[in-house]
Amino acid sequence: MHREFLMGNEAIALGAIASGVDLVCGYPGTPSTEVLETAAKNRPEGTYVEWSVNEKTAMEVAAGAAYTGARVLVTMKQMGLNVASDPLMCVEYIGVKGGMVVLVADDPGPISSQTEQDTRTFAGFSKVPCFDPSTVQEAYDMVQEAFILSEKYGTPVFLRSTTRVSHCYASIDIKDTSEFASHRIEGFVKDSRRWVIFPRLANANHKKIVDRNEKLSNEFSDNPFNCIYTEKRECRLGVATGGVSFTYAMEARERLGNMRLLKVSTPYPFPEKIAAEFLAGLDEVLCIEELDPVIERGLVYVCGKYGLKVKIRGKLTGDTRTAGENTVDSVYEDLAAFLGEPCKSEAVSEVPDLPVRPPVLCAGCPHRASFYAVKIAMKGKKTVFCGDIGCYTLGNAMPLDMVDTCLCMGAGLGIAQGIGHIEPDTSCFAFVGDSTFFASAIPGVINAVYNKSDMTLIVLDNSTTAMTGHQPHPGTGITMMGGSGSAVSIEGVLRGIGLEYVETVDPFELDAAVGAVRCAAALPGVKAIIFRSPCIALTKGKDPLTVSSKKCIGCSRCIKELGCPAISMSGGKAVIDTSQCTGCCLCERVCPVGAIGGEGI
Amino acid sequence: MNTGIILCGVGGQGTVLASKLISASAMENGLSVMSAETIGMAQRGGSVTSHIRIGEGVYSPMIAFGGADTIIGFEPGEAARMLPFLKEGGSVVVSSGVVIPVTEALVRSDYSSENMVGYLREHVERLTVVNTDRAIREVGTAKVLNIILLGASIAAGALPVTADTLMKMIERRVPEKYIDLNRKALEYGLSCTH
Repeated sequence: MHREFLMGNEAIALGAIASGVDLVCGYPGTPSTEVLETAAKNRPEGTYVEWSVNEKTAMEVAAGAAYTGARVLVTMKQMGLNVASDPLMCVEYIGVKGGMVVLVADDPGPISSQTEQDTRTFAGFSKVPCFDPSTVQEAYDMVQEAFILSEKYGTPVFLRSTTRVSHCYASIDIKDTSEFASHRIEGFVKDSRRWVIFPRLANANHKKIVDRNEKLSNEFSDNPFNCIYTEKRECRLGVATGGVSFTYAMEARERLGNMRLLKVSTPYPFPEKIAAEFLAGLDEVLCIEELDPVIERGLVYVCGKYGLKVKIRGKLTGDTRTAGENTVDSVYEDLAAFLGEPCKSEAVSEVPDLPVRPPVLCAGCPHRASFYAVKIAMKGKKTVFCGDIGCYTLGNAMPLDMVDTCLCMGAGLGIAQGIGHIEPDTSCFAFVGDSTFFASAIPGVINAVYNKSDMTLIVLDNSTTAMTGHQPHPGTGITMMGGSGSAVSIEGVLRGIGLEYVETVDPFELDAAVGAVRCAAALPGVKAIIFRSPCIALTKGKDPLTVSSKKCIGCSRCIKELGCPAISMSGGKAVIDTSQCTGCCLCERVCPVGAIGGEGI
Repeated sequence: MNTGIILCGVGGQGTVLASKLISASAMENGLSVMSAETIGMAQRGGSVTSHIRIGEGVYSPMIAFGGADTIIGFEPGEAARMLPFLKEGGSVVVSSGVVIPVTEALVRSDYSSENMVGYLREHVERLTVVNTDRAIREVGTAKVLNIILLGASIAAGALPVTADTLMKMIERRVPEKYIDLNRKALEYGLSCTH
């Protein structure tokens, strides 16, 4: 054992390595991404790591490896679990031979997601056992426990984290290499009665899964990760909590005192026995958890099943918030109210009007140029711009205002087609990033071609998965095993599907970009433009531009058209922040009086 | 006993590295540390904060309102935003330079460094204002603003780490060709005493 300062996601990866993981795969998504990156960086000889094309494929790659007896970790965010749910639901019925841990990072808030779905609820739905760590140390310890459990029962096991565990850093105890687990991989053994899912097998295995989970509920009750914190004095009130909320509750408990506390670290199967033991003798319990009322429902169920007369409070009774993250302060307030203690709210002085800072496209971002080109080309026409998931969702902000819809990965294509079928006079565009194109947009293109839709596909190709921190993808050919693989050509894919108009343009060549959009929009059928220019965060920008204060007439057209974070007004004139400007020159094209340019303008 | 520190600013200002340097320095001194950062979408020009808690008796890295011993503001408006977290008698070390968001540039509001620093002066007793423009002129680049602020925080007695330990951590983490620049920035920060 030694001590290291680690991020939750790093701890999960190192815990998996300590368990002798043989294969790690996944798809990037905040707040899960660093798990796979850490596994790749610390990859032991013989372990295979890949960014898969999407979560569904990752889950299938993981299942295949686990069929051989290998230990596998598959990583994704909560939205990604939806993509991977088809194989996961089935692999739960088929089972695995080697340990298979499915790391899903949930995003209460949400901070960077479309939904606040709860993987603990998904665990109940899919019948997959679930661990829910509260701290970085627990994340490290639980991933190892999850491997043991998975192998013991031949089932995939969820390790469900949340942003404040995944992205928290703490000094924790980790194993030395000599303490790592080792195991032998038997290899895939052909047995169609085991590995081929048919209704009869599904029926038989369904019963086994239900029986196993009943047994697991008992086993979890004895698991030290689930525990009761008692008071020396007799108390009639309790708090039940799990995940990061446990840490907030413990801090509040130190200040408020006098309550029994139950920590639920295995929300599914719910540890009934320890819950009943906790409830015995209490009058009321407040449940403190984020997202769904999983612990609350579990306790209500236990009260009913064991005939206990304890009032269970929480989200379902309106005592705690139903949406958003818990905070140290919100948990303190909830518990103080529950105990009938006055909640000293700190006297907060009047804060002045502060600017809101919505995230924006970076200065020099090629997406700004792409959106601007389409905007200019389609000015005055009836259009709909269907966006997608990635940095380019930020194209929705004023003044660009170029994202009319955004739903989930790859959805822009289908939405553009749906709108087009009902409104044939609307020029429908779908914008998709390069990584999202490979992950989930290709079937949408095929659908459009097959069903003879009229639409224009804009692929925003910055040659990386930028939003999640620049992961490689099939278009780059770079793999997590080092060296280059074979890059998949976006143009080749589109031509293979049957598109005739496939143009590749540098969006900073504004005239060419506008021309390509006009040309594509005028043609019938499915057309595609690939705006290719590398992510500005990965390239060395050019010399910054400056504004000639003599020539600038203060019209602020540069700001109103582009919304570049490097440009602001000062003393009635536009000024460029040279520390941000990358010399993309888009504003130079927009200025009506030629006041923007290189040094000496 | 434990110490709570909040770093705040705008995405891209270097708060994350500053947070890591404080944590590493505290660990070098044998202290336990927990921290939390803003990562992901909010980094793109959004408000970013890091919470750091050093010492014993800490369950979570998140600091409660009124629980921060020190706030290091990389931008004065962001420091004002985080003031509810400051403990009574706590210290604020702030850079005077404002970052005007695109949305404000569109509406031409009166958001200014003078207003923000003025507000902080009214509400914070133990305040150190680092004149950003002068600092960047003296040190040569805005890229080491984080190190300047850490230096000023140490000089203000607002961090439980020494300049020597911090410099050692910088040497471990920063590419060699930037070490001298960082040393210069740290020394400049140490000289900012009010």
